[in-house]
Amino acid sequence: MVIRLKDITKVYTMGVEEIRALDGLSLEVGQNEYAAVMGTSGSGKSTLMNILGCLDRPTSGVYELDGQVTTTMGAGALARVRNERIGFVFQSFELMPRLSALKNVELPLIYARSAWWNRKKRARHALDTVGLTDRMKHRPNQLSGGQKQRVAIARALVNNPAILLADEPTGNLDSATSEEILTLFDQLHRQGQTIIMVTHEADVARHAKRIIRMRDGRIFSDLPTEQDVLHHVVTSVEEAPDGNGNGDGHENAKRPVCEVMLPSRGQHEEMTP
Amino acid sequence: MMLLRLPLALLIIVYQSAFLALGQIWNNKVRSTLTTIGIVIGVASVTAVIAALTGLKANVLSEFETFGTNKIYLFPNYRIAKTHAAFHRIRFKPEIFEGMLEHCPSVAQFTRITELNGRTVSYEGRSEENTRVIGIEPSWHQIESRAVVQGRPFTLIDNEHCRPVCLINTKVQEKLGMEKECVGSSILVGPTRYQVVGVVESRAESWMFGGTSSGLEVWLPFKTVRRMNPYSNMFVVAASRSPDLADDAKAEIAFFLRKQRRIQPGQPDDFGVEVIEQFIREFKKVAGAITMAAAGVVGISLVVGGVGIMNIMLVSVSERTREIGLRKAVGARPSAILLQFLVEAVVLCFFGGLVGVLAGQGLTSAMASIPAAHLEKAYIPGWAVALSFGFAGAVGLIFGMFPAVKAARLDPIDALRHE
Repeated sequence: MVIRLKDITKVYTMGVEEIRALDGLSLEVGQNEYAAVMGTSGSGKSTLMNILGCLDRPTSGVYELDGQVTTTMGAGALARVRNERIGFVFQSFELMPRLSALKNVELPLIYARSAWWNRKKRARHALDTVGLTDRMKHRPNQLSGGQKQRVAIARALVNNPAILLADEPTGNLDSATSEEILTLFDQLHRQGQTIIMVTHEADVARHAKRIIRMRDGRIFSDLPTEQDVLHHVVTSVEEAPDGNGNGDGHENAKRPVCEVMLPSRGQHEEMTP
Repeated sequence: MMLLRLPLALLIIVYQSAFLALGQIWNNKVRSTLTTIGIVIGVASVTAVIAALTGLKANVLSEFETFGTNKIYLFPNYRIAKTHAAFHRIRFKPEIFEGMLEHCPSVAQFTRITELNGRTVSYEGRSEENTRVIGIEPSWHQIESRAVVQGRPFTLIDNEHCRPVCLINTKVQEKLGMEKECVGSSILVGPTRYQVVGVVESRAESWMFGGTSSGLEVWLPFKTVRRMNPYSNMFVVAASRSPDLADDAKAEIAFFLRKQRRIQPGQPDDFGVEVIEQFIREFKKVAGAITMAAAGVVGISLVVGGVGIMNIMLVSVSERTREIGLRKAVGARPSAILLQFLVEAVVLCFFGGLVGVLAGQGLTSAMASIPAAHLEKAYIPGWAVALSFGFAGAVGLIFGMFPAVKAARLDPIDALRHE
């Protein structure tokens, strides 16, 4: 297993109120899986991403990444894990505006303290992988949105991470460009990369091989994509009128309702308030 | 190899951070320049003050040097005279110095000197006013290393027989329009005729130790002057056997003179003995004190500059919060972030230091070009440049620490979400 989460809770205290962003969540992700995490805002998916990315620590529980328990590590060791094992792709790209594409991709290698000739070689290779061989010297403001995201993906891949974490990677892109980026993800997945992607768009999630649905800090549905599509329409119809209804959700998670089969995809609105 | 790894890695990170910092400074040119003005002023003033002091010191020391560092001045101390009678007592009389060489083993030579200022000398109808007329003994030639370029120095016979002979300096020779070979001709000093036996080189005018502004000097044998003018003011210049023995010589002379002048134990000296070495020491002490005072003032301006640096670094940290978040996300350790911002602050200060040193050099050149200031030898010594950069770097380290720690402690998630 690349990722093993056990009984993860994350509690934020806001004044006197306690918010359980993650509530006893357990999850395993294996080698070369391609999973999408879905959920409404407030469902805890961002918190989960932060913990998976070692940017945040759970209040309790154990997180094992690539066989290493990260929950007991110090800040320096966590930085090293982020550097060597994790590649991040963000919704807003987060490129350094004044650095060229190549320099942006080199950034993680600088913190890995690799020699500059190695750095150049690996950064070039990563940019080749994402198909930006001819854009290496360009600055972010000379690149299109899709190209910027490719640079970001190259930066995420440059250290050969155990896992690629993408947080709404197509959130700022038009549908054609989104499709390009997702095709790139598919390609990376075929090459053996483990990918976890957060999204709230069903169209995007469909590219993954596994869909993890969250609500109220728990996973209520974790199915291969084909089954999820069928299951989800039913639950969303059931849950829609009752926005913050809990209890039912957990039961549903245990025995998903799969009777009604609606083969047409992408007709429902995931984000209905 | 393993031993080398850590410092090497550190060096690489510092180097990278320095490049990053230079980029940041270049991108915020106006802001960086304004921020570093405090440092610039501080460094410029410290280098200018040090340069001025260095110039002054070089000037003063070279003055002393030409005077000879083994020289000892003996003069009557009229300040302790309370009555007119005492005045007479305090006055030096030539006889009391008889036997001084035998009693003072550290003293190599001495000469009695008497001076008549502002006399008129003339030669074949041409006359020069404001000439310094000095009565000297032959040993003067050994104490003052002034070359006799023509003719001969004074001899014991010139002095003992009060001969009407004189030495003139080249300037007098020139001003009086005397022929090149002037030894043997006669000049008038006041109403009296003296035969020129030698010509002494003129010395560059000393700005510290008076002398007439005209630079005209005529020397007569001491006894010749004395016979003409028995109450002329006299003093003695002695030379110790070496500059190191100056203090010993001083003590021996004081002892000798007290005995000669029958000063009772417990009574103060009614004469002064001053050693050039002592002046140099005093001067160095004063110069050191001025340097310290200047350093204090400069320290204040550097602190003010440092606060400016801290302010701009805090702005920089909050502006680049997202960048810091991203750097942390891709694996920057807190220490790497700390180092980046520290190096940036230090580079900013070094930049200020560089501009400051250049400005200080400008000020120094300006000072050196003012003739009245006597600072033509002013320059910024290497250690002052090093000191300036050291101070500037230290200011960067101290005042950059707080913003850098703040940046290093940022939570990566909060930083990434920062707008």
